Amino acid sequence: MSATFDRKIEATLADSRLQLAIYKATGRLMSHRKTAVDSAVLPEYQELRTQANAIKRHTIENLDWFLEEFERNVLAHGGHVHWCRTATEVADVVLGIAKRREASLIVKSKSMTTEEIDLNERLEHHGLESVETDLGEYIIQLKHERPYHIVAPALHLTRYDVAHVFEEKLGVANETEIENQTMIARRVLRDKFLRADIGISGANFLIADSGAVVLVENEGNARLTTSAPKVHIAVAGMEKLIPRAQDLATFLKLLGRSGTGQALTVYTSFLSGPRREGEVDGPEEFHVVLLDAGRTKLLADPDKRQSLYCIRCGACLNHCPVYRKIGGHSFPWVYSGPIGAIITPQFHGVQSEPGLPFASSLCGACAEVCPVKIDIPKILLELRAEVKAEEKHHAINQAERAAFRMFAYVASRPRLWQRATKLAARFGPRGQGYVKKVPGFMNVGPVRAWLSQRDLPAPAEKSFREMWKERQGR
Amino acid sequence: MPQRVSIFVTCIVDQLFPNAGMAMATVLERLGFSVDFPEAQTCCGQPAFNSGYRDEARTVAEHTLKVLDGADYVVVPSGSCTSMMSHHYEELFAADEPELAAAQRLSPRIYEFSRFLTEVANVEDVGAKFDAIATYHDSCHALRELKIRDAPRRLLAHVRGLELREMDAAEECCGFGGTFSVKFAGVSGGMARTKIESILRTGASTVISIDSSCLMQLQGAISREGLPIRTMHLAEVLASR
Repeated sequence: MSATFDRKIEATLADSRLQLAIYKATGRLMSHRKTAVDSAVLPEYQELRTQANAIKRHTIENLDWFLEEFERNVLAHGGHVHWCRTATEVADVVLGIAKRREASLIVKSKSMTTEEIDLNERLEHHGLESVETDLGEYIIQLKHERPYHIVAPALHLTRYDVAHVFEEKLGVANETEIENQTMIARRVLRDKFLRADIGISGANFLIADSGAVVLVENEGNARLTTSAPKVHIAVAGMEKLIPRAQDLATFLKLLGRSGTGQALTVYTSFLSGPRREGEVDGPEEFHVVLLDAGRTKLLADPDKRQSLYCIRCGACLNHCPVYRKIGGHSFPWVYSGPIGAIITPQFHGVQSEPGLPFASSLCGACAEVCPVKIDIPKILLELRAEVKAEEKHHAINQAERAAFRMFAYVASRPRLWQRATKLAARFGPRGQGYVKKVPGFMNVGPVRAWLSQRDLPAPAEKSFREMWKERQGR
Repeated sequence: MPQRVSIFVTCIVDQLFPNAGMAMATVLERLGFSVDFPEAQTCCGQPAFNSGYRDEARTVAEHTLKVLDGADYVVVPSGSCTSMMSHHYEELFAADEPELAAAQRLSPRIYEFSRFLTEVANVEDVGAKFDAIATYHDSCHALRELKIRDAPRRLLAHVRGLELREMDAAEECCGFGGTFSVKFAGVSGGMARTKIESILRTGASTVISIDSSCLMQLQGAISREGLPIRTMHLAEVLASR
């Protein structure tokens, strides 16, 4: 594991205020989800998951076909489709449109995909103002931070933290009431909406058979972002496709419930093209950016491509006991929690943070709540094997590998195993039950790490094997 | 002729918690089974598999498959090790014909202890008596990979003198996770303490589980905090009279 990863984890664990904030917020989301998928209110929940998984599998296995169908339908409605391989290409598309429209102000609704490619920073670098309009995103943009959580970007901040941010950045003194804070943000953002030249959104779903972009949200800011400015650009990972509008019946039932415990989010918008003749609202221009940025690499791996089924509900984060301890910012990329742990190594290579797939007790809570049934523990195990293969190739972590080779050698030779375990027991800590310390020469490596948190069981006076033999001899 | 069951006690029970293994054998014998302990058994290989060392895991798994081949039933005092052998062996040997066949032969014959009692021996009341207020900890692999939730609870419900209280976080991980417990010691320890808070809220003095590794993690943290709680393997409770 890298020193940075380790340091961020330690800092989060040591911050008791932050620990409580994470624990309470995720706990709330867990309990809301539990109520929302209860068999009394949603008896078909498990069938829906099976169906969602099957639809996603079918879509991802035939992605080329559905992407082209989607493009045809967007074009037929008078929209534009941009195929982008990289983050730079997305920025170029947006910059090109901004230049043509002489735009200077962009409003944005929440989108993990644009976070993934640092779109705001890239646009600001070229002199454009790009303002996040989701309340949580707006707060963390003011703080120059990354989202802490896929659906709750400011999950780690209390209202007192927000008061501090508003005081520092907006000059509003000591406002700690959430309702008033919302009104302050609303006043600032209203003005931005009215003056914005371009609105950029993400996409929760792209529907192939109707060429539509679907957005779900609770604040109404995405609807304003996509309809008030004259130009709307939706930036979407190319895995966001679903084949038919009717498939939404499956996904919309799962997305809100899994993420926040809502049967439906407050707003669900279907956007299919620019304003047509005779229509009273909608943008003059409608663009969809289809982003690859590593996705085709995942597509090539038949075992792990299910990682692309993710609909970004965040349930795996909320239910992950590790995320609940180490929080979102300990993770090396914008995607945190179990889904982050499986996609980061696939996008950036396993060596980018070799400790990441190991930061899991493999408890499986993530897979249990995943609405599209991604087998996250299985993928983590595969990634672990890939990390070890890389380490072997580069001759690193030799001591650990030697230890496991020794383990395999001994554990496949019963007589040697019996002698070795007997010897180990003799050298183990003395005493009855659990010990708090061991002699200095033993207090190293894994033993030391274990003892940093817990007492250590002393080996039993007699092993099971010995007890069994004595009993049989009787 | 009594039916023969082979027991695979796991390395952790063999070395650290032999009483749990002995208790399991006692319960099985009382139910009329003839218990056999294949002496060549070592470890299921999970430590290597979970750490990413698949070749090493295969070496150990190959040995275990040989040792257990031909057994009518294999009963294991652990959900985690059972799942390794019944689920992950087939994954490990997906490309190796003879081992894959052996893994497929083993899979339907290998049982975690509580499941064996309720599904094969077909008992819920083993005649145990144990005076305590207790709570049951679901171990993750038993719960989520083997789908064992009710079997241990049904067995415990028939233990005379035992009051079972559910904790609010029964299904949350204790934080052990094999090498995770030492690679991410701080996180693992924090998870144990969170679990213990939930245990304390029940007022129970005893924590029961079907996995000794979870109990080692929990007892280690309980002992460090000096709390008056003891951990016990289900087999030890069921063997009490």
